Amino acid sequence: MADHKRIDEVTGTSTSGHEWDGIEELDTPMPRWWLWSLYATIVWGIAYVILYPAWPMVHGATEGVLGWTSRGQLEAEMRADAQRRAPVVNAIAATQIADLPAKPELMQAAVQGGAAAFRVHCIQCHGAGGAGVQNLYPSLTDDDWLWGGDLATIEYTITHGIRNPDHEATRTSLMPAFGRDGILDAGQIADVVSRVRVISGQEKESASSVRGAAVFEANCAVCHGASGEGGRDFGAPKLTDAIWLYGGDRASITATVNQPRNGVMPRWNSRLDPVTIKMLAAYVYSLGGGEKAPAPNPAAAAEGQGADGQP
Amino acid sequence: MRAAYGAAERGFAMIDELVFKAGGWLALALLALVFAALAVDTPFAVHMVIVAITCLILLWSLVSRADYGAMARGLLKMPPDEGVYDDDPVRWGVLATVFWGVAGLAVGLYIALQLAFPALNLGLEYTSFGRLRPLHTSAVIFAFGGNALIATSFYVVQRTCRARLAFPAAARFVFWGYQLFLVLAATGYVMGVTAAREYAEPEWYVDLWLTIVWVVYFVVFVGTIVKRREPHIYVANWFYLSFIVTIAMLHIVNNLAVPATIFGSKSYSAFAGVQDALTQWWYGHNAVAFFLTVPFLAMMYYFVPKQAERPIYSYRLSIIHFWSLIFLYIWAGPHHLHYTALPDWAQTLGMVFSVVLWMPSWGGMINGLMTLNGAWDKIRTDPIIRMMVVALAFYGMATFEGPMLSVKAFNSLSHYTEWTIAHVHAGALGWNGMITFAAVYYLVPRLWGRPRLYSLRMVNWHFWLATLGIVFYAASMWVAGIMQGLMWREYGADGYLVYSFAESVAAMHPMYLIRAAGGAMYLAGFLLLVFNVWATLAGKVREEKPMTETPYNAAADRPLAPVPAE
Repeated sequence: MADHKRIDEVTGTSTSGHEWDGIEELDTPMPRWWLWSLYATIVWGIAYVILYPAWPMVHGATEGVLGWTSRGQLEAEMRADAQRRAPVVNAIAATQIADLPAKPELMQAAVQGGAAAFRVHCIQCHGAGGAGVQNLYPSLTDDDWLWGGDLATIEYTITHGIRNPDHEATRTSLMPAFGRDGILDAGQIADVVSRVRVISGQEKESASSVRGAAVFEANCAVCHGASGEGGRDFGAPKLTDAIWLYGGDRASITATVNQPRNGVMPRWNSRLDPVTIKMLAAYVYSLGGGEKAPAPNPAAAAEGQGADGQP
Repeated sequence: MRAAYGAAERGFAMIDELVFKAGGWLALALLALVFAALAVDTPFAVHMVIVAITCLILLWSLVSRADYGAMARGLLKMPPDEGVYDDDPVRWGVLATVFWGVAGLAVGLYIALQLAFPALNLGLEYTSFGRLRPLHTSAVIFAFGGNALIATSFYVVQRTCRARLAFPAAARFVFWGYQLFLVLAATGYVMGVTAAREYAEPEWYVDLWLTIVWVVYFVVFVGTIVKRREPHIYVANWFYLSFIVTIAMLHIVNNLAVPATIFGSKSYSAFAGVQDALTQWWYGHNAVAFFLTVPFLAMMYYFVPKQAERPIYSYRLSIIHFWSLIFLYIWAGPHHLHYTALPDWAQTLGMVFSVVLWMPSWGGMINGLMTLNGAWDKIRTDPIIRMMVVALAFYGMATFEGPMLSVKAFNSLSHYTEWTIAHVHAGALGWNGMITFAAVYYLVPRLWGRPRLYSLRMVNWHFWLATLGIVFYAASMWVAGIMQGLMWREYGADGYLVYSFAESVAAMHPMYLIRAAGGAMYLAGFLLLVFNVWATLAGKVREEKPMTETPYNAAADRPLAPVPAE
């Protein structure tokens, strides 16, 4: 097709002599900058595959003259960071959690570390900032604690979780399904709900609530306390305040009495190290509702407080 | 007397053939219904009913459109006129491109809004993001893009070979078979049928069907090249051919799977663990290469010189960049698996091949842009050229960004973030979308014999809406991606993460809104194309000040048919 070659007027370049459906091709040389850039990337590529692991062989691949591996790099970075943090982490590990507030710098470090761990592990249920989710998960920002709000108690709850059936030391209790299992009839439940709404200040005393007081006495007081003040040994919520995890209106309380939720929290000792758990406890404690540790009670210690594995 | 007897015999043979074919379709329909009855899951039953309905439609069209008069007279069917291009499948393909384009872009806009307003999931499994997202990606890549590629390849291969399409029946099978594939894939996604492989979500039976369609596509394309009346194969056809061959290989290997039952829609991959991941991304990256880059470059190599009326810039560049592009691209997949369980050596190779790929990719951009040498003034007067230039600019930008993001240091920031989305859409909206719009605008008046498009000024509006839409889309997603990457890796001086994941999600809300606005502009521009195409087909011509007139020689637009010797 050489005979069809012609010089393109606009560019002054020869055509290749081919033509398809009116399309011709110029015989322009490849742009030099393009060609040299291509060569440069090839040279760089050859250098790179010599320096780094690259070519698969029969057993494993070439390791590269730098001896670099991604696992090695990660390990080195983690080691360097662990070393940097070691003084604080070791100090927290060596300190009883109840003694943390006495060391403000350590406490502050623990609260910050706990905040970071909280963002990764806890906000899925308890929400960013620990405000909880209405009707699902408790708020951690108030002083209404189900199982207790001092540092050691919070640490225990996080470590062992709540209602983990396969774990001996877990916090556990079971509110009976009074309605579903037919322990109380509908009238008795209506009465006891009236009673609960009276002690929480939402309703005036009525015939129903007076009848309900007897039902409460017989069925509820053992955990929630004679006057509904709650019982932390069983995670039984206080019924006399305005804080309701699963709703405080008549329908919601009726639903709870019929079929309680008995909420679950995983235990974290199988996933997190003790220092991180300590930090989480410090962070939750710092959210606003932290309580002072109760004065040591010889009777309680003998009964269970000391026996449940807490220091 | 003898002639009449022969005609009657021919007539009987034709009726026999008709009965045989019709019976075949009926049998297939019944078989599909048996499969539907035996199906172990509802989606599979629905799909088999769709197949049965398709067979019955074919049966009906066969029987109702048969030329019974000709049979009665025993007339032989006229052979097709080799002096005219076979453009019916091209016309259907252009219309299918327009139809699927609307669907794909609209679903894209909807899922963009879902990310900003999760309530739009509507609480239904069928409209959840997880099911609509593959619907969007497949609709734009395989339905919009795929139909554009099949249509333009049939158009271009005929013109540049100066030969009528080989195997016309097979070409029709390719078009309709591909539409059936798309319908099965799309309905499957909504019903929750997925092989869980990105961009290869259809299940085993749909994959098998596509394999058949694709092999026939290969036969039609190669057959046309073989019967060409030109001594050389034009560069666009090299690109189309490498697309057809490589996609077949990628599709078959990546979808190797064992069905749980042949009456159900569930299968298990032939690969496991990191091998499975690597196979998937070898496929995934080469879907980008051999579906979204190589054949669209083929479109560029035909439509840009035609619209610009200029020769291709450099023959040598086209050879070197074609071979280096297809050689290097096939190795680049592992860069999707940086910092994963994939061995370091494979990551190194994926990155090195991606970086070396930079210049070969740019070869196509240079050849496209520099073809305008001597016709630069058309950028001012011709909105179709303008679309082509912007397409090539976005192609160049995306093929620089790609090698850059494959470098591990960048990838550790960009991976899993919206930066990837920005990169993909700069390429898809800018390059694939714009070059396809330009090709559709070029083809429509020529395919339907209209003097020109209904309105060139409307093309100009489309151009600006699309370009601005891309800018909003890409810019917001770049910002979102970099912000995400920086928030995820932000450590305080005390060695702890500063942000929770949910905080990075919340921070992206405004970016998601800007992205959705960009997508809405892009869709609005496309609706102008729909109207423009419809009006052109309806024979309307808008009274307007011309922007440019590109000459068209109807006499030369036909194959060189062999002329019998006198």
